[in-house]
Amino acid sequence: MTVSRFETAANYVILIGFALVILAPIGVIVTLALGPERFSSGGGLHFENFARAWEVGRFGQYMATSVSVAAIVVVVAVTASILAGYALGAMTFRGATAFFYLFLLGIMVPTEAFIVPMFFDMRSLGLTNTIWGVALPQIAMSIAFGTFWMRTYFRGASRELIEAARLDGAGSWRILWQILVPIGRPAILTLVLLTFMWTWNEFLIPLVMSPNGTVRTAPLGLAFFQGQYTQGTALLAAGAILVALPVVVLYVILQRHFIKGMIEGAVK
Amino acid sequence: MTDTVAIVTGRRARRPPARVTRRRWLPYAYLAPALLLYGLFLLVPLGRAAQFSLYEWDGLGASTFVGLDNYAAVFQSAQLREAFAHALVLIVFFAVLPLALGLVLAALLTRARVRGLGFFRTIVFLPQVIAMVVIAVTWRQIYAPEGPLNTALRAIGLDSLARAWLGDYDWALPAVGLIGTWVSTGLVTVLLMAGMARIPREQYEAARLDGAGAVREFLAITLPSVRGEITVALTLTIVAALKTFDLVYVTTSGGPGTSTTVPSYEVYRLAFTIGEVGAAAAVGIVLTVIVFLINAVVNVIGERR
Repeated sequence: MTVSRFETAANYVILIGFALVILAPIGVIVTLALGPERFSSGGGLHFENFARAWEVGRFGQYMATSVSVAAIVVVVAVTASILAGYALGAMTFRGATAFFYLFLLGIMVPTEAFIVPMFFDMRSLGLTNTIWGVALPQIAMSIAFGTFWMRTYFRGASRELIEAARLDGAGSWRILWQILVPIGRPAILTLVLLTFMWTWNEFLIPLVMSPNGTVRTAPLGLAFFQGQYTQGTALLAAGAILVALPVVVLYVILQRHFIKGMIEGAVK
Repeated sequence: MTDTVAIVTGRRARRPPARVTRRRWLPYAYLAPALLLYGLFLLVPLGRAAQFSLYEWDGLGASTFVGLDNYAAVFQSAQLREAFAHALVLIVFFAVLPLALGLVLAALLTRARVRGLGFFRTIVFLPQVIAMVVIAVTWRQIYAPEGPLNTALRAIGLDSLARAWLGDYDWALPAVGLIGTWVSTGLVTVLLMAGMARIPREQYEAARLDGAGAVREFLAITLPSVRGEITVALTLTIVAALKTFDLVYVTTSGGPGTSTTVPSYEVYRLAFTIGEVGAAAAVGIVLTVIVFLINAVVNVIGERR
C-alpha cells in the first residue's frame, strides 16, 4: 500500500512533536539537576549536585530501605504467586473458580479502601514503623496480580509436556520447578519487573505504615526533602533523578519485557 | 476414581481429571501461602474497613457505633462532595483526553510506515515507569511562578497568561489534571496501536476501493476493531484517576483551599490528620464501590456489539 509523502511527513511531525512533549519535563528536571545550586555559583555542569543531594537528602539511607522492601516483596510475592498460579492454572479442584475471582477482586480494590484499618491493626500488632509493616500490604497486593498473571501462564503451558513428565515419575513439585518455571522465565521475569516497579514507586503505603519515618522509602524521602529543602531546586531535582533512576535504567535495559508486561498486565 | 464415582452416581464428571496430580489436598497446599498472605493483609483489612465505617472513632479512645452516619456524611459534607467532583474532573484529564489523543495518534502511527517506532514506544512509556512523586516534583518546578512554563509564556508575549498555576483556585485542578494526561497518553496510545496492528490491511484496501476517506475508514474499521483495547485503556486510566494520591499530596496537598482535594487524599486527611477514622473508612469504601461500578459499566459497554 502506498502512503502519500505528505502523510509520511505529517506522521514524522506528529511523532517528533509527541516525543518532545513526553521528553520536555524530563529535560527540565535533568537541566535543573545539573544547574548551579545557587545562581551565584557559576555555569557548567554541576554533577556534584547528586553527591550533595545523596548526603543532604539522606537518599543513601532511603534507597537502602527501598531496596530491602522491594527485595522482600518481590521474593515473597512472586514465589507465592507462582505456587498459587500453578494450582489455579494447571490443577482442577473444587472452588478453583471462586478462588480465582477472590484474587481478581484484589487487583481492583484501591489501597485507600483498606489502608485505614490496616494501619490501626498493624499498630496494635506492633508492626508499624517496621519493614514488615511496609512490605506485607504490598505483598498482598502483588499476590493478587501475580496469581492472576501466573495462572494465565500455567493455563497456556503445554499439556503434553506435563503428561510426559508425569509418566517419567516426576511429582507436581518437580514438574513445577524443573520444567514449568524454567520455560516460563519470560512470564516470571515480567512479573518480577512489574512487582519491583510498583513496589519501588509506591507512596501511600510507606507513608501511612511508618508514621515516624524509620522505614522511609526513596519516594517518601523525596517528598519530605521537597518539604524541608526549599532553598534551591538543583538538589531537589538531583534527588528526584536518584529516586527514578533504578527503575528507569531497568526499563531501558529490559524495555521489551516491560512494554509487553504493561500491555498484557493491563488488568491492574 | 472420578470416573467410577460418575458412573455410580449416574452423573458425568463436569471437568477432566487433574492434570498434574490426583492428590486432592495438593492444590490447596499450593494455594495456601498466597491465600494466607492475601487474606490476612488485604481481604481482612477490607472487611475491617466496612466495619470501621460504621463507627465514630478518633483512633485513640473508645468508638461509638453510628450505623450509616459516616456514609450520610460523605454525601452531606461539602468538602467530600467536592472531592468526588474533582475526581470526575480528573477522569476527563486522565482518561477521556488521553483516549481522544491516543486514538488519533495510534491511527496515524499504525497506518504509516515510519522509522523509529521502537524508540517512540520506549519514550512513550517512560512516564509509566517513573515514580509519581518524581513526576509531581518535576511538574511543580515547571508550574512554579518563575518556572519554565511561565518563562516560555512571557517569551512569546503571553505575559497575561503567566500565573502561579498550582496556587490558583481556578487553574490548580486542570494543572494537576494535565500531569495525568501527560502520564496516560503514551500508555493509551501503545495499547491502541497494539490493537490496530491486528486489523487486516485488506480491510483498509477494500474501504479505499469503495472510496472511503480517512475519516470514514477510521469510524467504520479502526474504531470498532479496538473496542477491547479502548475498554482496557479506559478501565486503567479511570482507576488511576480515582486513585490519585501521591500526585495531589506532593503538588498541592489538596489546595489552594480545597480546590484540588480528591477522595484518596480525604481518606488520608480524615484518618491521619484530623482523626475521623470511621469517616475515612467510609470514604474508602465509597471510592471502592465507584471504582467497581465504573469498571462494570465500561466493560458492559465495551463488550456490547
